[in-house]
Amino acid sequence: MWTREQIAARAAEELTPGSYVNLGIGLPTLVANFIRPNQRITLQSENGLLGVGPYPARGTADADWINAGKETITANAGASTFDSATSFAMIRSGRIDVALLGAMEVAANGDLANWMVPGKRVKGMGGAMDLVAGVRRVVILMEHCTHAGESKLLKRCTLPLTGQSVVDRVITDLGVFDIEDDAFVLRELAAGTTLERVREATAGTLRISPSFH
Amino acid sequence: MVEGSKQVLGEQVRRRDRASKVVSDPREALSVVQSGMRLLVGGFGLCGVPETLLATLAELSVGDFEVVSNNCGVDGFGLGWLLEAHKLRQITASYVGENREFERQLLLGSIDVCLTPQGTLAERLRAGGAGLAAFYTPTGVGTSYAENKEIRVFEGKPFLLERALRGHIALVKAEVGDRSGNLIYRGTARNFNPLCAMAADYTIAEVESLVDEGALEPDSVHTPGIFVDAILHSPGEKRIERLKEQMAAVN
Repeated sequence: MWTREQIAARAAEELTPGSYVNLGIGLPTLVANFIRPNQRITLQSENGLLGVGPYPARGTADADWINAGKETITANAGASTFDSATSFAMIRSGRIDVALLGAMEVAANGDLANWMVPGKRVKGMGGAMDLVAGVRRVVILMEHCTHAGESKLLKRCTLPLTGQSVVDRVITDLGVFDIEDDAFVLRELAAGTTLERVREATAGTLRISPSFH
Repeated sequence: MVEGSKQVLGEQVRRRDRASKVVSDPREALSVVQSGMRLLVGGFGLCGVPETLLATLAELSVGDFEVVSNNCGVDGFGLGWLLEAHKLRQITASYVGENREFERQLLLGSIDVCLTPQGTLAERLRAGGAGLAAFYTPTGVGTSYAENKEIRVFEGKPFLLERALRGHIALVKAEVGDRSGNLIYRGTARNFNPLCAMAADYTIAEVESLVDEGALEPDSVHTPGIFVDAILHSPGEKRIERLKEQMAAVN
């Protein structure tokens, strides 16, 4: 089983050198710690910054520089700032190569639910619906099961959708899965877990190629 | 134009001419605000919010506002002040977490919330400020948000029709402004401010520093002065919502 840090490290590995990437709040934010400088990744923050840098050094935080999670950050050399309409112009027009996002449920048809649970307090979708509608590749990082032990990789989502048929890949504590032909296709098995465990934890259709046996 | 706004603003509030945009007192700047108006408020979280204008507005007798803003402040800061003073009837936002007073009023039914995807909210304001009526966007197609919205297919892909959004008054924050209302924002404090400034019948800008005409390079102006009716110099109090610093030197 992968830890949250290992999920984040695995996600960082698959970013194509030179790409523009948007990191969601929570687990995806950790990915920034694992991106190597020679990957030349440019991070976009939808509140208006292209070229997000590390957190500020102690005592240098500046209220005018934050990320979409409202955390203080810095800007890298070569960064640019812009208004929210320009920010979402980049997002909707396909300029951002990858969005790494968290999720509550992913379905085998690529549907994503990550913004509301009916009956619980609704906080809002923020920029998630725009991101999944416009970013070229959507990769979900999440725990494979809920705290109650129920699968989050489903045949169909039960929660209200953020987007329809938008997810390309899911990275969980159990492994890496691609969405293809209404199935979760196992690409990598996390160290310390078994195919048996993946099968019982995946409610949606699962395809495992013979090479794993 | 906001429906009916000409009647509201036309008689009593004349747009300020170039010579007299500078206002020295926040109460004077806000004297155009009337109960029931739709206010567009700049800021993302607590970054780039017009703190002085909001703090002053919370003390005035006007209320029953409909607010358009990406977020709704936090308890004890920003739009949180207007919530605590029970001055909000409705809020249009993309994300309204981090605010217990908001949650309480929502459960009581004393405030209405209209959740809008962040990019759609930004573009609705941009369209409103650009004289457009509506636009089509791919955001939200196939979700419950799209219910009751017109869908049209362009080149095989479905899009939602979204209406432009305007307000009676915009309250925005900039780092620097000059006497003709030209504004320059700093860092990620720009966010929704230029969009709100363009989309209102009357825009009040709060600036950290006020300079004379000629002090700003024309090329560096973000919001041209034509979109700004009143300008208030106020250093304000900037607040950090989530302080994050590097744990230690990383090598």
